[in-house]
Amino acid sequence: MPATRTLDPAAVRADFPILSEPVGGQPLVYLDNAASAQKPERVIRAVDHYYRHQHANVHRGIHELGRRATEAYEDARARVAAFIGADPDEVVWTRGTTEAINLVAGAWGIDSLDEGDEILLTTMEHHSNIVPWQLVAARTGARLRYLEMDDEECLRLDMLDEVLTDRTRLLAVTHVSNALGTVNPLAALIEAAHAAGALVLVDGAQAVPHMQIDVHALGADFYALSGHKMFGPTGIGVLWARRELLEEMPPYHGGGEMIRVVRRESSTWADVPHKFEAGTPNIAGAVGLAAACDYLTEIGMDAVQAYEHEVVRYAYECLSAMEGVRVYGPRDPANRAGVVAFTMDEAHPHDISTVLDSRGIAIRAGHHCAQLVMEHCGVAATARASFAFYNTREEVDRLVQAVEAVRRIFA
Amino acid sequence: MAQTHIDALYQRLILDHYRNPRNKAALARHSVEASRCNPVCGDEVTVQLVVEEGRIARAAFTGHGCSISQAAASMMTDVVRGLDAAEALRMAERFQAMMTAPGLPAPGPEDPLGDLRALQGVSRFPVRVPCAMLAFEALRDALAGVGGTPCPPVH
Ligand SMILES: Cc1ncc(COP(=O)(O)O)c(C=O)c1O
Repeated sequence: MPATRTLDPAAVRADFPILSEPVGGQPLVYLDNAASAQKPERVIRAVDHYYRHQHANVHRGIHELGRRATEAYEDARARVAAFIGADPDEVVWTRGTTEAINLVAGAWGIDSLDEGDEILLTTMEHHSNIVPWQLVAARTGARLRYLEMDDEECLRLDMLDEVLTDRTRLLAVTHVSNALGTVNPLAALIEAAHAAGALVLVDGAQAVPHMQIDVHALGADFYALSGHKMFGPTGIGVLWARRELLEEMPPYHGGGEMIRVVRRESSTWADVPHKFEAGTPNIAGAVGLAAACDYLTEIGMDAVQAYEHEVVRYAYECLSAMEGVRVYGPRDPANRAGVVAFTMDEAHPHDISTVLDSRGIAIRAGHHCAQLVMEHCGVAATARASFAFYNTREEVDRLVQAVEAVRRIFA
Repeated sequence: MAQTHIDALYQRLILDHYRNPRNKAALARHSVEASRCNPVCGDEVTVQLVVEEGRIARAAFTGHGCSISQAAASMMTDVVRGLDAAEALRMAERFQAMMTAPGLPAPGPEDPLGDLRALQGVSRFPVRVPCAMLAFEALRDALAGVGGTPCPPVH
């Protein structure tokens, strides 16, 4: 383990070509990282290199390029697995978090759940960790239950006894909320769910870009992530699952790559993880995601976390001190990662976002695919500034000045 | 540059309609009504029309959302009063043309768009054009006798 490193924001910013690209004639302040993060040179080059020198289909050809592509693809799996503390054969490539959750819903959920079984969700979930379970519930007769949030938008652990029952088969919970930045107490949640005999699926989309993840140490049963939110390409992500579960689960999609032998009436499946990877995969995406993991490892996730923590805390303090601004989510910075979501008394989030955009500041306004969070907060939409390790205190200052400008227009 | 566009977008008249909306009421009696929702942002406008002898005797709206969607609803309900259906639809066309052609000369003071002229600056912000169009979309639905597509209830 390297000693705790410090992060040099100027140095890491230079690694991201788009950050030096003026937007509308102004320096870009990119604070929409929770929607999708920017890409370092390393990732762009890895994808470029793959297509120039290594591309063919994987696991098929006997020829040299087929061998190179397969090697690059499986090597990428090993590096991404190492980054999250997993074994390579527990890492299933998906298009992203959404597909990873749908895979568990479609393969495990449809197969294992029956009428009367319960799936425990939380009102903090992204729609991608709600809708797949609604579909499963409709098909199996399982029932959805929800763990609610308190008035600081943290999960109400005091409700666990009530919503976690002997019928609960799965707890599906986000590690970090994309709409609020709330970091959930996974250890306690996983322990309680396991004690009740339920499996645990963790939506890690918003955690992996901000903190070191070790899926084995965490002890969940499924962990889902998206490459594009962790500085890798779009269209690639990971479902990690315990090996026994992957072995027990039926396939998700059928097709090439995922079979061993195909006969007229039936087939046998390839070993895990290939059993879940039908069709020609996103090879370049996998290669690019591995490059992102290598890059993050070099910078050090400990350094990323420590640095970001200060920037996010600063943003939270500045915005919550402003008159007429309401910030959502936990007050204790220890329970917050990456996000500061707010509303203003006079200005609608879309108007905030338009004014900020005119000053080169990219934030997101809307419901953030978390309508149950909006319902809890009693708003239709919020403005959300979401951070990565390349954001700086100076950018927070520009954000705050721009919010002041919104106030001047609308007050 | 961007700053002048912002000033053009958030003119005083627009902010005035946003803060003090005209015709914002749920009418006890109306001839037709329709709701429109912008699913991207949750903005919603319901337009109600009282039609007498083929003309819009009264137009009112309810709803919530950003300054542009709400100011546009306020202005639209003022401007369509007294028009027949064909005239109101032509007004919608005229407004839409202004929204989708940035850089046109500003409509003169005599232009039938009235206060809606102040929304011309929205045309420079293509992502906001649907906000400005929301009330007119609801108007079109109401005149066509369809109820529109309201936001689904929260529960
Ligand atoms: C918490 C969370 N879960 C799931 C998703 C869905 O990720 P993707 O769209 O990459 O599948 C997102 C992305 O918006 C997210 O923030």
